[in-house]
Amino acid sequence: MTSPTLPPTGLRFENIDKRYGGRFALRRVSFEISPGECTVLAGRNGSGKTTLLRIAAQIVRPTAGKLSFPGASAESIGNGRPGYVAHATMVYDELTAEENFVLFAKLQNVPQPAARAEELLRDVGLIDRRDSPVRTFSRGMRQRIAIARALIHRPSVLLFDEPATGLDPLGISWLAKSLAEVNRAGCTVVMSLHGESEISALATRAVRLDAGSVVADTKSGASLHSILTFGAA
Amino acid sequence: MSLLSNTATLLGKELRTEFRSRELLTTTVVFILVVLILFSFAISPTAEESREFGPGLLWLAILFAASLMLQPCFLREQTNDTLSSLRLAVSDPFSIFLAKLIANTLFLLLTEILMLPLFAVFYNIPILPKLHYLLLVLFLGSLGISIAGTALSAISAQARMRELLLPLLLLPLLTPILVVSATVSVSLLDREPIVQWKGIAFLGVFDFIFLTALWLFGEYLLEE
Repeated sequence: MTSPTLPPTGLRFENIDKRYGGRFALRRVSFEISPGECTVLAGRNGSGKTTLLRIAAQIVRPTAGKLSFPGASAESIGNGRPGYVAHATMVYDELTAEENFVLFAKLQNVPQPAARAEELLRDVGLIDRRDSPVRTFSRGMRQRIAIARALIHRPSVLLFDEPATGLDPLGISWLAKSLAEVNRAGCTVVMSLHGESEISALATRAVRLDAGSVVADTKSGASLHSILTFGAA
Repeated sequence: MSLLSNTATLLGKELRTEFRSRELLTTTVVFILVVLILFSFAISPTAEESREFGPGLLWLAILFAASLMLQPCFLREQTNDTLSSLRLAVSDPFSIFLAKLIANTLFLLLTEILMLPLFAVFYNIPILPKLHYLLLVLFLGSLGISIAGTALSAISAQARMRELLLPLLLLPLLTPILVVSATVSVSLLDREPIVQWKGIAFLGVFDFIFLTALWLFGEYLLEE
């Protein structure tokens, strides 16, 4: 689908705490993700996966601790922020698919925004619906738009929060193929998932969170499987 | 440079979405129209009373209409978490505020320009003699309302009692601007019009201070 133009970038969480009022969403989370790694965050609902991804996307500021991007250039930690897919689509329903892509391409100084928008519309298979407002799309189509928006500036780090939500089996295959392509090109991928799927098969590492803390972290095949399936339980 | 280009891109988005739905403009125009007509029939003021109370009523109507218009300003961005995608995309978060407050000022001004002839007719006040000064006061007043309102809209959108919070914070904060705008407008619409430069300067200073504060601290208002 796309290849990162920025240098390969990793992610380092150092003693990250996040508190909402008196409740800890994350407690002393520390681990490092190497450039080009494909990491799955597993864990039950409320374990802190979304909060950790939002901190990595720099949308949420941690209460304590430090987030850094080893290997990142000034450009990649400035405007070239991570591509982030959240639970919500993060696009405007009243605008068309093309208008959304052109808007975010312009905001991120992507050269030739219209051409990039067209390229993405072809990639997600929605070129025929380019002039339709996003509100007329199905959940799966919206999710494709959301994923493409995150890739618009060819980020070197991708953060996906349950990216398969709303996708049919064909959509999941498309997402797995796209993720494999960007990951092969050197893009660091971090995603939260529930259970095993075509997408989780791409993972080279799994980190399991429980009650805001890291309770397991593995790169080996068998343990990876166990972390993913237990995370879905 | 990226602040200006991002602001221009976002302003284009704000105008496009509004002119497509006409949601805010319709609400504002209808509200001001209803208030002006209701008061003109309820009070049936004489020419002198009109000159004395008309401008105050106009500004009160503008203020309440603006609070209706400003409410969805950041609330809309929460539907699909688009505020997060904007924060990820722009290099300076001030561009998000700047685009919204310019759009809000334009919408308010457009409404006021549409309402002015009706105001002149219903209250029997000739507005043409000092129209350019009146437009200046409307511009500075609307800009002040938009700057403070956009900032407060960002705060209230994240609160639990958001519908109540915005007017609760906005109305006391905008009291000085309302009083000065109404006073300057009364002088301009008098039988012997006077331009109150001190009042106009106050509006300019109010706008400048609030815009600077928004530029300095706006980023914190967008945080979760």
